[in-house]
Amino acid sequence: MNDTTPNSYRTGPDERGRFGIFGGRFVSETLMPLILDLEAEYEKAKTDPGFWAEMDDLWTHYVGRPSPLYYAERLTEELGGAKIYMKRDELNHTGAHKINNVLGQILLARRMGKTRIIAETGAGQHGVATATVCARFGLECIVFMGATDVERQKPNVFRMKLLGAKVVPVTSGRATLKDAMNEALRDWVTNVENTFYCIGTVAGPHPYPAMVRDFQSIIGKETRAQMMEREGRLPDTLVACIGGGSNAMGLFHPFLDDPEVRIIGVEAGGHGVDDRMEHAASLTGGRPGVLHGNRTYLLQDADGQILEGHSISAGLDYPGIGPEHSWLHDMGRVEYVSVTDDEALAAFQLSCRTEGIIPALEPSHALAHVAKLAPTLPRENLLVMNMCGRGDKDIFTVAEALGSKI
Amino acid sequence: MSRIDAKFAALKAEGKAAFVSFVMAGDPDYETSLAIVKGLPAAGVDVIELGMPFTDPMADGPAIQLAGQRALAGGMTLGRVLEMVRSFRVDDQTTPIILMGYYNPIYSMGVERFVAAAKDAGVDGLIVVDLPPEEDDELCLPANAAGLNFIRLATPTTDDTRLPAVARNTSGFVYYVSITGITGAASASAARVAPEVDRVRKATGLPVCVGFGVKTPEASAEIAGVADGVVVGSAIIERIAAGEDTASVLAFVKSLTEAAHGA
Repeated sequence: MNDTTPNSYRTGPDERGRFGIFGGRFVSETLMPLILDLEAEYEKAKTDPGFWAEMDDLWTHYVGRPSPLYYAERLTEELGGAKIYMKRDELNHTGAHKINNVLGQILLARRMGKTRIIAETGAGQHGVATATVCARFGLECIVFMGATDVERQKPNVFRMKLLGAKVVPVTSGRATLKDAMNEALRDWVTNVENTFYCIGTVAGPHPYPAMVRDFQSIIGKETRAQMMEREGRLPDTLVACIGGGSNAMGLFHPFLDDPEVRIIGVEAGGHGVDDRMEHAASLTGGRPGVLHGNRTYLLQDADGQILEGHSISAGLDYPGIGPEHSWLHDMGRVEYVSVTDDEALAAFQLSCRTEGIIPALEPSHALAHVAKLAPTLPRENLLVMNMCGRGDKDIFTVAEALGSKI
Repeated sequence: MSRIDAKFAALKAEGKAAFVSFVMAGDPDYETSLAIVKGLPAAGVDVIELGMPFTDPMADGPAIQLAGQRALAGGMTLGRVLEMVRSFRVDDQTTPIILMGYYNPIYSMGVERFVAAAKDAGVDGLIVVDLPPEEDDELCLPANAAGLNFIRLATPTTDDTRLPAVARNTSGFVYYVSITGITGAASASAARVAPEVDRVRKATGLPVCVGFGVKTPEASAEIAGVADGVVVGSAIIERIAAGEDTASVLAFVKSLTEAAHGA
C-alpha cells in the first residue's frame, strides 16, 4: 500500500485517526460528537501529570505492576535455542493484561463525568477487568457478551456478576464477540448522555486504537527497562498473540523504532488458514474492510459480508484486528504468522510441564510460535514472549480438547 | 434537477409532506421484495429507501437486523440490490430510490465501480450510516461527482457547531433521526421534533425528513405536520416478517401515506 519507509513507526495516527489507510472514524452521526469529545478529553489527559500519577499509583498498588520479566530457563533448555523470557502480565490483578487499559479508560470516564460504563467481552477477560474497576470506583457496569460465549465461559460470567456488573447475553447475529460489540454500540447510541464505552482492544473508531495502545504500552516500556537491567541491551525478538491485538501492541510499540528488534505477531489459525475460513487470522487470511468504526483487515466474503472467526481461544475469535497492526503488516515492520488450535494446545501443556505456569489459550498461541522459532535461533538471541493471561479460565476447554473430564 | 429535488418541489407545490418508506432489498426473498417495492408508489410512497443488507448493522434495531439476515440467507448481494433497482426502473422513472446501508459491502465492491453501477441502475441517492462528514472523501465526494445525492443523518447530538459540517456536501434532503437510539426503538413526539426540524432546515437549506420510531398512521400524520417528510421502516418490515402477503403490506403502507399526506 505505502512503499515509503517513515522516519518513525511511532507517530501515528494522523489527525484523522489513520495509520496509513487504516483506522479512521466510521461511525454513525449520533456517535460522532461523542468520540470527538472523548478524543479532546484524552488529548488533555495525556499531557496531564496528575492523570498519569493516578494511573501509576493504581498500576502499582491495585494491579501489581511492574509485572516480572521472567527468564524461562527450563523452556529455554527444552527448546535448545534462543534465551526465552516471559513478560508475566498474567500476574496482574484479574489475571490478564486487560486491566492496564481499563484503568485508563475508567479514569477518563470519571473525568468526563460519565456514570454508566458499557463494555463488550468475548472470553470474559475484558468484561471481568471492567467489572472489577467499576466496582473499585462505584460505577454502574453493563457487559455485552454473545450468548454463545456466555454459555462457554460460565466462570467469568459469574465473576462479573459477583463484581456487581450486569451481563447482557447478546443473541443478535451469530451471538459472539462481534455481535457483542454491535450491541454495545447500539446501547451507546441510545444512552449518549451518561454512558462511556470501554473498548477492550486496539480497535474501534479513533481515538480508541491509539488510546488503548498508549495504556497497554506500559508492557513494552517495562520490558525495555527490565531487559536493559538484566542483560544490558534490548531484546532481539518479541512474540505476542493477536486477537484484536492490544497485548501485542502494548509490547511492540515502544520497540517499533529499534530496527534490530525483530517483532512477530501470532494470529489464531484455528483449524488452519485456508478457504474453509475456520480461523481468526485477519491478516494472513483476510482483506481490508470497514467494521466497528475502523478500516482494517477483516474476515469477509466476496460481497463484503463479515464472517465469524474460529479459534479454540474465545479471546482471539474476532474477525478483525486493530488498524495499527494492519498498517505495520503492510509496512513490513512486524511479521504476522498464525498457529493452529492443536499447536496452541501443545504449547499450553509445554508451559505447564516445563515452567509450572498454566497459560491462557491466547498466549499459548504466542508460545506455540516460540516453540517453532526458538530452536532456529542462537543461544544469545534474547526472546521475549508476552504471557498476557493466565489459564484458569481455560481449563474446561482444554480438558474437553484433551478428552479429560473435570 | 435530480429526481429527489423534483419530487420535493412537486410536493411543496401541493402543500404535502413526503412519505418515505424503508424496506430491506431481498426480504423475505428477491421476488416478493421486488413486488412490494414495485407496489410502493401506488400505495402513496413518494421516496423509496431500499436497504442494502449487511451482517453487522450497528445502528439498527431487531426488526431491520432480522430483515437483513433474511435477505442475506436468501442470497442477496449488493449486485442483486442494484439489479432490483434496474427492474423497478423499467416501469417507474419518477419515484426516487435511495440505497441505505453500511459502507463495507460498497468498499468491497469498489467505490468507483459501485457509484457507476448505482447511477446506471437508476439509483438517486445514498445513505450510508457509518460514513460521517469526517470520511467524506471515501464515498460522498465520488457519489456527488457521479450525480448521486448523498443524504446525511442529523441527530439530537448534532449540535449547532456541528451542523455546518453535516450540511457540507449533502443534497436532496436531510434525514433527521428523531431519537438517540437505534431504528424501530422509542418514538419522539412531534412537539419535540418541530424545533429540531427548523434548526436543521435553517442550517442546511434542505427539506428535512424525520424517521426512527414512527410506527402508526397517527404518528405518521403528526410528524408529517411538522417536517418536510416522514420515514417509516421497522413498522413495515415487521409486517413482512409476520408473513403478511404483498397486498396486505401495501395496504398498511397506504394507511401510513394517507395519514401523512392528509396532515
